[in-house]
Amino acid sequence: MTVKQKDASIPTLPLGAQISRWIGRNLIRIYMVFAFTYLFIPVAYTFAFSFNDSGKSNLIWKGFTFDNWMNPCGAPEVCSALGNSIKIGLLATIFSTILGTMIAFAIGRYAFKGRSASNLLIFLPMATPEIVLGASLLSLFLVFQISPGFWPTVLAHVVFCVSFVVVTVKARIASLDPRLEQAAMDLYANEFQTFRRVTLPLVAPGIAAAALLAFSLSFDDFIITNFNSGTVTTFPKFVYVSAARGIPAQANVIGSAMFFLALALVIVGQVVSRKRKVS
Amino acid sequence: MADSANSARGDLKLTRITKSYGDFTAVDDLSLTIPEGSFFALLGPSGCGKTTTLRMIAGLEEPTVGSIHLGSTDITTTKPYQRPINTVFQNYALFPHLTIFENIAFGLRRRGIKDVDEAVNKVLNLVELPHLAQRKPTQLSGGQQQRIALARAIVNRPALLLLDEPLGALDLKLRRQMQIELKWIQKEVGLTFVHVTHDQEEAMTMADTIAVMNEGKIEQMGSPADLYDNPKTAFVANFLGQSNLIKGSLVGTDGDSLVAELFGQKISLPRNRSHAVDSSIFAGIRPEKFRISLLQTPVSGNVLSGGKIEDVSYIGVSTQYQVMMPWGQELMVFEQNDDGVAPFQIGDAVNISWEPIFTFALRGDEDAEAGTEVIPEDLDEE
Repeated sequence: MTVKQKDASIPTLPLGAQISRWIGRNLIRIYMVFAFTYLFIPVAYTFAFSFNDSGKSNLIWKGFTFDNWMNPCGAPEVCSALGNSIKIGLLATIFSTILGTMIAFAIGRYAFKGRSASNLLIFLPMATPEIVLGASLLSLFLVFQISPGFWPTVLAHVVFCVSFVVVTVKARIASLDPRLEQAAMDLYANEFQTFRRVTLPLVAPGIAAAALLAFSLSFDDFIITNFNSGTVTTFPKFVYVSAARGIPAQANVIGSAMFFLALALVIVGQVVSRKRKVS
Repeated sequence: MADSANSARGDLKLTRITKSYGDFTAVDDLSLTIPEGSFFALLGPSGCGKTTTLRMIAGLEEPTVGSIHLGSTDITTTKPYQRPINTVFQNYALFPHLTIFENIAFGLRRRGIKDVDEAVNKVLNLVELPHLAQRKPTQLSGGQQQRIALARAIVNRPALLLLDEPLGALDLKLRRQMQIELKWIQKEVGLTFVHVTHDQEEAMTMADTIAVMNEGKIEQMGSPADLYDNPKTAFVANFLGQSNLIKGSLVGTDGDSLVAELFGQKISLPRNRSHAVDSSIFAGIRPEKFRISLLQTPVSGNVLSGGKIEDVSYIGVSTQYQVMMPWGQELMVFEQNDDGVAPFQIGDAVNISWEPIFTFALRGDEDAEAGTEVIPEDLDEE
C-alpha cells in the first residue's frame, strides 16, 4: 500500500519520455539480442534442418525425424570425408603446434640476426589470400612432382596454421614475467629444468589455445584443400561438392555436432577455471 | 652440478667489479667484503647500481670486469643454479602454477632431495603460515607472498640470502612489522643477508653494516650510527636523514679539536670528524642536534647568532623550525616537544647552539645539495 501511495506522489512522465527512458536504459540489451540473433540464426537453421526428413535434398522442410542423428554415416561418403578432415586436422595441428611453438620461443626470447624479419615474414601466410596460397602451393607441389593428395594437404595446412600458432604462443610468452625463470635458476634449476618446470607449464595454456585454433582452421579449410587434396575428400569439400545435387541432412548433423562439441569444450573450460579460482 | 661452488661458505668478496651496458656504467670499480653471518644493506637511490650488484652476486648478470669470491671459491662466472645463494625477488616471483608447498620445495627438489616435507613444514612454521601450504600464490595477500618468498629462499639454507627491495610493495605498517621480523629471522637462522633498498630508515633498522651507493660507487660503508653521526660525503649526509651544511673554513686547532670559521663566527669540532682535504669545508650538523635560544639566554658550546625564525611546523614528537641566518641560509632545527608548548614564534630573533662533538666537516668543494633531491624510486628498476 505504502509503495502505491509513493508512486502516486511522484509526477508521472509523459508516455513518450517514459519509452525513450526505457530504451536508454536497455539499449545495450536490445543491441545484444539483435547481435546474437544475427549470429545464431544460421546455426539454428543448420541444427533444425538436421532433423529434416529430407530424402536427397535438404532444402525444404518435409517433416521431423531422428533418423539422420541415429545414422550420421547414412549418406554416402559423409563419414569418410569427416574421417579425412579429422586426420588431416590432427596431423596439421601436431606439426604446426610443435613448429610454431619453437618459432614463438625463438622470436619471443632470443635476439638473433633477422629476428624482426622473421617476425614479419611469419605474418605473410595469414595475410596472403587463401586462393593465391592454395594455387601457389599446388604449382609448387607439381614442380617437385608431388601429386596432390593427403600428405600435400597436411603440408599445406601446416603452412597457414603455423602463423596462427606463432602469434598465439608468442603473446603468452610476452606476458610471462622473466623473473619467474630467474627465480627458478636461482633455486638450483638448470636451463632444461627451468624450461620443463616453469616456462612450459606457464606457456601451456597458450599452446593449447594455439592447437585448438590450428585444428579448427584446418578442419574448416576449403580453398587451399580444394587445390591440393586431389581425390581425397574432406568434409568441407564434400559439402561443397554435394551442394550442387543437394546436401544430405547428415552434413547438418555433423555440423551441429561440431558446434555443440566446441560449445561443450568452452563451457567445461570456463567451469574448471572458475572452480580453480574459488578453491 | 659444480658441487664445489655449491658448498662454498665464507665471506663474500667483490673485487674491483665493473658492469657496463654499452656506454653506461652501472657499477664502477666496486670492491666490497661482506662478512659471513652479517646483515648487510646496500643503500642508494634508484639507478645507483645496487640492484645490478645484487644480480651479479646472484649470477643473473656477469661483471664486465672484476671477480666475486665466496670464501675461497671464485664464483664470478658460475651459473645461478651452481651458487649456494638464493634471492628474495622484488615482486616475490612465486611460481603461479605451483602450490605454496611446491614453491618452497622447488629448490630442495632440484637438488635431488626426496623427503622435503619436514624442511618445508619447518620453514612454513618459521614464517607462521603453515595453513597456506596447499594454496596458490594468487590467493595470498602481499605480506603473505613476501613471507613465502622468504621461506622459499631460506629453506635451502644458502650461504648468502639476497633481498631485492623485499618490502617495497608492502604498506607502511606491514613494512615496519616485516623489518623487525626479517631481523629476527636472520638471527634465528644465522644466514648472511644482503639487503638492497632505497629506504634509509629500513636499512638503518635492520642492517649491521650499510654501504651507501651512488652512481655505481660506494660512498661510505659502516654501522648505521657511524654513517649517521660521521658522514664522509655530502651525499651520505643528505641521503641518510637530513643535514645542515654550512660553508666555512678551518682556521686553527685546539687540542683534539679543530677550529672553524663560519661566516665570521668561530666554532669547534672533533678532529676525527673532519673529512676535509684543505681549509675549505662544509660544517655539518643534524637538525635535531641544534638548540634554539632567545638572544638574552646564556648558551654553551658552539653558537651561531643572528638567526630569525622563518617557519614553525608542529609535528607531534617534535617541532621543526626554519631559521634564517644573517648570510641568507635557512637552517633546519628539530626541537623535542618535552616542555609542552612551542616557545618560539615566527619572527623571533634567536641564537642557535649545539655541542661541538656533534659537528662533522666535509670537503668544501662538495655539492651541498647532493643526495637531497633523489629521483622518485621506480620499483621495477633493473
